[in-house]
Amino acid sequence: MEPLLEVDDLTVRFRTDAGWMTAVDRVSLAVRPGEALGIVGESGSGKSVTALSILRLHAAPTTRMPTGRIMYGGRDMLTLPAREMRAIRGGEIAMIFQDPMSSLNPVLTIADQIGESLRLHQGLDHAAARQRAIDLLDLVRIPDAARRVDEYPHRLSGGMRQRVMIAIAIACRPKLLIADEPTTALDVTIQAQILDLLRDLQMELGMSVILITHDMGVIAEFARRVMVMYAGRVVETAPVGELFRRPVHPYTDGLLSAIPKLDVDVRRLPAIPGSIPDPTAVILGCRYSPRCPMVQAACRTEVPELVSAGPEREARCPPRVAMLGAVS
Amino acid sequence: MSAARGHAGGRVVSRSIVKVRDLVKDFHVTRGRGGPPAVLRAVNHISFDIQAGTTLGLVGESGSGKSTTGRLLVGLIPASSGEIELFGETITGGAGAPALAKVRSKLQFVFQDPHGSLNPRMRVGDCIAEPIDIAGGWSRGDRNDRVSELLETVGLPRAVAERFPHEFSGGQRQRIGIARALALRPDFVVCDEPVSALDVSMQAQIINLLLDLQEKLGLSYLFIAHDLAVVRSIATDVAVMYAGALVEQAPKTVLYSAPQHPYTQALLEAVPRPDPDRVRSAALGGEVPSILNPPPGCAFAARCPQAMDVCRVDRPAPRATGEGHVVACHLY
Repeated sequence: MEPLLEVDDLTVRFRTDAGWMTAVDRVSLAVRPGEALGIVGESGSGKSVTALSILRLHAAPTTRMPTGRIMYGGRDMLTLPAREMRAIRGGEIAMIFQDPMSSLNPVLTIADQIGESLRLHQGLDHAAARQRAIDLLDLVRIPDAARRVDEYPHRLSGGMRQRVMIAIAIACRPKLLIADEPTTALDVTIQAQILDLLRDLQMELGMSVILITHDMGVIAEFARRVMVMYAGRVVETAPVGELFRRPVHPYTDGLLSAIPKLDVDVRRLPAIPGSIPDPTAVILGCRYSPRCPMVQAACRTEVPELVSAGPEREARCPPRVAMLGAVS
Repeated sequence: MSAARGHAGGRVVSRSIVKVRDLVKDFHVTRGRGGPPAVLRAVNHISFDIQAGTTLGLVGESGSGKSTTGRLLVGLIPASSGEIELFGETITGGAGAPALAKVRSKLQFVFQDPHGSLNPRMRVGDCIAEPIDIAGGWSRGDRNDRVSELLETVGLPRAVAERFPHEFSGGQRQRIGIARALALRPDFVVCDEPVSALDVSMQAQIINLLLDLQEKLGLSYLFIAHDLAVVRSIATDVAVMYAGALVEQAPKTVLYSAPQHPYTQALLEAVPRPDPDRVRSAALGGEVPSILNPPPGCAFAARCPQAMDVCRVDRPAPRATGEGHVVACHLY
């Protein structure tokens, strides 16, 4: 199937006190219609920056214009004029964020905030937008929607606020929803509610979803295909089942082992030694090499390429792929 | 002194270093500007013990009262009613203040946020030595030797004493926070979400460090966390809080393999597992109730799939259902 969105060789650099740093280093990805793609990574992996760059949501003075291509509907979004970009943003591609409190405007009612994109993108008048807002609140299962629509965000719990954010995001029936850590700030029982809601909406509306998270549990539950990022680079891409059953990249392997287990007692967790690299630090070769248990001399000098590791699988670790290939 | 009786009693009865009985903490608040006064019951009649050298994992969602419980336990805030006994000294009630002074050097606290809990303008060595400097009576040389020893204990090179907190990653900063907590050789440490701000690859390092320190120094922990998997990796016993109430407590393996309270069951079911083949049952509906002027009955009744009429009227009393297993639920 033709991909809905195709990112090709995206590189994003920021200016810091220590000079230019590469936050996202030649990332490529494709999202098919109706697909749930998960991007997983720890702090500084570049997962959020990748998402923000797709919608061109970076402040210009500190960001060097991203390079590469972001193809959507036959056009490169990196070269679109601001006007056309605004029509896509919130209309065809929508985004929700981690913190529903700071993403909502505290002095506007729920009706105003859901209505904003409807008035902008679909030209609805105030009354029609309000009615549609009530329908959307029903859709995201907020009880008593007709009353809630006139309330202010501070009256709502964290879970309800995230439902409102989702209502705003889906107001214009986007083809793609980018969800950046949508449940990280929520309690675990509320997280389960929001994940259920997102999955139901994805089915009902037939939209594609890019879910960004640090939580391998959330990835396992939601995504069909997974991209693992580390220090600005994609280290592994795989169908979700494959990734958990047979991780190829040593980082994916280490991360899965280090996760505290809920269903068994583990005497000591096998921790990954060392720290996530400082984003401004210069690391030649593979950025995971200082922590990698399988490191070889070449890993410290040459940047490894993403290589095929089976059907629909890629890993940025040629030695490991070669080793697994020799075994199987 | 006046607390001497409690001390003798504590030694005879058991090896519990912490005994909490019927503990209550109310906060008095006003609803809205100039609104009517209201009582927020953050901790609602809870009881538990912690045995020497073990870890009690205290889990719950936001607003469950778990952090308030931790603060009460080391005397950071006063209890509204009920009793806390630490090392045989009753630190609540009339003679609480002198009793707390006696045991204070045995208590320490590790905070969640390793960024916010270290003074950015102090060198790491001074951050770690701050409790020593406050306690007084150490020579300069002894103090500096102790700092080096502490850094080694938590797995950091001695040279970091001269650097500043901002130069370190979250995981390293948490090591510094732990070194500071250990400075005066405490016996009991309250760890309030010590790994929740850390990345997964750093979490395991800190959990393993806390386990090593417990083995080496014979520490007891109250380990407060919202992440049930993290708690399983470190606790000996686990207590579950919901809206200020302690709904269930049991030895770790029992709690995770045979949870009895419907809330504990729902909570365990809701946690996403790193297993794509698992199918989770539909999420529990509703949200945590307000703890402002709470309704009578069980706090979980409104969301409980097994709620009965009695649950909305009577607050279930904790009942022992097995060895070290206590449940507050009308089903048992």
